[in-house]
Amino acid sequence: MNPRYIRQTSLKSFGAERQAKLGAASVLIVGLGGLGIPVAQYLNAMGVGTLGLMDQDIVALHNLQRQVLYAEKDLGRLKLDVTQEKLSAQNSQTRLRLYDSFLTKENALEIIEDYDVVVDATDNFPTRYLINDACVILDKPFVYGALHGFEGHVSVFNYNDGPTYRCLYPEMPGFEEIPDCNENGVLGVIPGIIGTLQALETVKVLTGVGEVLSGELLVYDGLSQYSNKVRFKTNPKNKKIKKLQERYESSDCDVVPSINAEDFQVLRDSGKVHTLIDVRTPEEFQSHHLEEAISIPLSHLSLANPQIKADRKIYLICQSGKRSELALKQLQIDYPDLTFYHILGGMNKMLTVCP
Amino acid sequence: MTILLFGITKDIVGSSTLSVPTSSVTGRKIPKTVKELKQFLGESYPELNKLSSLAVAVNNSYAEDNEKINSYDEIALIPPVSGG
Repeated sequence: MNPRYIRQTSLKSFGAERQAKLGAASVLIVGLGGLGIPVAQYLNAMGVGTLGLMDQDIVALHNLQRQVLYAEKDLGRLKLDVTQEKLSAQNSQTRLRLYDSFLTKENALEIIEDYDVVVDATDNFPTRYLINDACVILDKPFVYGALHGFEGHVSVFNYNDGPTYRCLYPEMPGFEEIPDCNENGVLGVIPGIIGTLQALETVKVLTGVGEVLSGELLVYDGLSQYSNKVRFKTNPKNKKIKKLQERYESSDCDVVPSINAEDFQVLRDSGKVHTLIDVRTPEEFQSHHLEEAISIPLSHLSLANPQIKADRKIYLICQSGKRSELALKQLQIDYPDLTFYHILGGMNKMLTVCP
Repeated sequence: MTILLFGITKDIVGSSTLSVPTSSVTGRKIPKTVKELKQFLGESYPELNKLSSLAVAVNNSYAEDNEKINSYDEIALIPPVSGG
């Protein structure tokens, strides 16, 4: 018996048999942010045989308050690279598979197919619905965690006959309904708590120990230490998904002019005259921004702004691409004669393509 | 009856709980189902009407719109959350 895991193999209801199941298992962790980090660290420490790690972001200063795997010296590096280094040092026996990409409808089925369990540690609805649908199609369970301020949700979806994410929230919320962490904020320790619970549920799914949190949503509020489980049922129609949706980017159907980060970088390199408006908050702008960007926070976009001129193309950027899309819709109304483009993936994506 | 609020509903209302009268002195209709409760709350807090996907739990179980509610039920509004 591997002495490394003796503190858990000596547990009567865990034992060497369940340890062996962990060792034979493979888990895909989508997102290496506040939720993904505790999941990756604990599963790696506990001896899960194969971990798939997926992220495209770089480590930014405002991540450090909650993404406790990363250090100041890691600023500007790919999260994927830093995580690989630290996890390899933590447990050299784990097989790590790295995916330097976002989960998309093009790659989701092919990647998820190789894994026993998927951990949804993302920060946006489109990817959550994509993970749900791909897992239903491939008949894989996925361990869900999500945050809002001081609160969090945990559940295991699509576990055997159990319900899915769509049984709880059938349709993706509209674009402007629910803020994300960038807009709303999150207390540093909350993703640690929720992510650690996701790691626990993953171990339960893989080994069969305990009762899996399937058919129940755990709702946690850190401010009051309230936690409660809400039961919900499988809606059979949600188990019958056979193919992915055409698009997951946004639940409304308006087509918004956009440019991907790679193409925008090519345009910047070419020296073409353009205006770039950064619609994030002044604090975010101060922490980092593209050289030529001018700061007009989303809340300050208003009519007759002298920096919005007709003589050049106008691009909009935010952190993830969500607020820039909102800004674009607003500007299209305010300036019907001008054409605006927003940058897909925002600063997160730009930082990966800037030299 | 007392409604527990989570996520964006807590931010909209500005409090973690909300009291809904179970008898009317003003003539306002008292909600008897989940759907009526949503309508009732939406009149006081129009921002709530924008939430297309809002789970309501009655006595710790997910409740459909047509489910009946009583003054002694424990009710929670649980909107989806997306942060990570």
